[in-house]
Amino acid sequence: MSIQAELLHAKRDSTLITHHSSLATEKRHMFLNVGPSHPAMHGIVQIITELDGERVVSAEVEIGYLHRGFEKMCETGPYNNAMPYADRLNYVSPLINNFGFCLAVERLLGIEATERCQYIRVIMSEISRITDHLTCIGASAMELGAFTVFLYMIKAREWLWELVEAVTGARLTISYGRVGGVKADLPEGFAERTKKILEEVRKVLIECDQLLTRNRIFIDRMQGTGVIAPKEAISFGITGPFLRACGVNYDVRKAQPYFVYDRMRFDVPTAEHGDNYGRYLVRMEEMEQSMRIVEQALATIPQGPIVVDAEGRVMPAAMMVDLAKAGATRDFKTVQTVPDPTLEGATKRLHTVINAPEKRAVLPPKEDTYGNIEGLMHHFKLVMIGHGIRPPPGEVYAAVEGANGELGFYVVSDGSDRPYRVRVRPPCFTIMGALSHMLVGDMLADMVPTFGSVNMIGGELDR
Amino acid sequence: MATEPLPFAETVRDRFPQWVIGAHCYRGDETMILKREGLLEVCRFLRDDPGMAFECLMDLTCVDYLHFGSSLGSAPLMKTPSPLPYFMRPKPTTETWGRMVGEDHRFEVVYHFYSLSRNHRLRLKVPLTEAEATVDSVTGLWQSANWFEREVWDMFGIRFRGHPNLKRILMYEPFDGYPLRKDYPVNRRQPLVGPVN
Repeated sequence: MSIQAELLHAKRDSTLITHHSSLATEKRHMFLNVGPSHPAMHGIVQIITELDGERVVSAEVEIGYLHRGFEKMCETGPYNNAMPYADRLNYVSPLINNFGFCLAVERLLGIEATERCQYIRVIMSEISRITDHLTCIGASAMELGAFTVFLYMIKAREWLWELVEAVTGARLTISYGRVGGVKADLPEGFAERTKKILEEVRKVLIECDQLLTRNRIFIDRMQGTGVIAPKEAISFGITGPFLRACGVNYDVRKAQPYFVYDRMRFDVPTAEHGDNYGRYLVRMEEMEQSMRIVEQALATIPQGPIVVDAEGRVMPAAMMVDLAKAGATRDFKTVQTVPDPTLEGATKRLHTVINAPEKRAVLPPKEDTYGNIEGLMHHFKLVMIGHGIRPPPGEVYAAVEGANGELGFYVVSDGSDRPYRVRVRPPCFTIMGALSHMLVGDMLADMVPTFGSVNMIGGELDR
Repeated sequence: MATEPLPFAETVRDRFPQWVIGAHCYRGDETMILKREGLLEVCRFLRDDPGMAFECLMDLTCVDYLHFGSSLGSAPLMKTPSPLPYFMRPKPTTETWGRMVGEDHRFEVVYHFYSLSRNHRLRLKVPLTEAEATVDSVTGLWQSANWFEREVWDMFGIRFRGHPNLKRILMYEPFDGYPLRKDYPVNRRQPLVGPVN
């Protein structure tokens, strides 16, 4: 049932419960359940509202419908096994989760990804951020009746997801990050393709901007609703575009740069009033800034040493296998295999460019695993039970700027091959904690834009 | 351990010597370990002191140290220290990490603070024994603690004294046990509950 229809019911009910005595009429508040499954909810979440007419008197937010035990599951497997789980935290921008987890484990190990890898991570994070913002604004606009905007934005998101697919092999469940590197290098012609697509996305954003930003209906619904004061927002631990819409200039990428964000030139947009409209404006501007970062990163990404072998000896994988069959494996230690397009990581020679030079943490290229005994042993030592990546006992908290705010990973190691404890600080958890605070005092219909601007992602909220 | 600069921990230790158990800096994260009785006092200081100014409680969680050091599960037990540091480039500094409390302190409630105005972070840990798994709630100081503490209660069964609404948040009310405790088996099944139609 849509909210409008529920409202009609609510009105009818409230007239029923009014006493028709001549002296006193009893006024009672009405409770209205929104969710757990409701078209205006971006996931399964329940909001129990207490209404006085159409005004929200109190609201209780119930979460947990999508709890999958992410943190418990991470404790059961080796470090790299957490990667697919991390995809499914924020499933609109899964790459950022992957890299956030990698960053935490890398800090725990004391290693650093190579420069090229860090650039790749920056580029892919920013593309993910754009897809996330597109989804958030598109869906909120659709709920306010602007269906065209939704279609335009999803169209743009599709182009970006094609880029993601070209790099990672999947659109959503990408599992692209690896401890100490990434799964594969950027494909051929990626830079040109990205530039073209970003131009197209810009056009879409201009169109959407024309449709929404000065649209009377949109402004009326968004301006002055879901307001939160900066002080409150900070106390609630809100971060990301939501906090910046209150005028607080905090962005992890600027405040505590990770990867190579300190080399990028970009602005952190803020708004003034802390309302839904401000959050919309901040997100729109952030997409532009993200595109700026992607373009800079593509322009300055280092090629790195293509052939890292000291003697520059390269051998096709097939030839290496043949030699191995003949028993001529004497020189294999110093030889690099050439990419084989049929196996994972087709740009094999680049493998060392995108992965940290730390054999104790970084998986070898698949060709090495299949092609020579060194690679096989290397693979074995990282994958088999009881071996694996084994950071020394300790703990670390690494924060990255997710699309919704600070995405933190707190990882504790006890020296074994699996994390002792993984804790995610999901950005939208704190915002949802403040949601009831923002809803109270507004009209019931304002719940839709307010909730839309929270950009609740069930995966990371409930884990 | 005393070689690294610990600006916040030293200040707090000077002010509240009776509450601070220890401090260390591991991988650049400054950590302070605190007795639970002094939590509220120290937290108020951390929030309100202009030199600290931790306006933001970024994260609050808990770690169950029941199987610490022996959590290999199905893996063959390798008690040797992790070989990684010897291969690291650059070599790790002489960072040491330790819990600084005895084995009987099974839980550690972990607070991550961030200061927006001064752009620094601090981790605070409060060790708890299983028998007295209770700590003061900091909801009055940071509102974000409200849901975080509910989650820790839900997942670990740590009680927060003075919390306005300490009930389960991710799991459902009739759920039995605390799923993130180390003695809760990962494959344990519980009956689905819900309204009977």
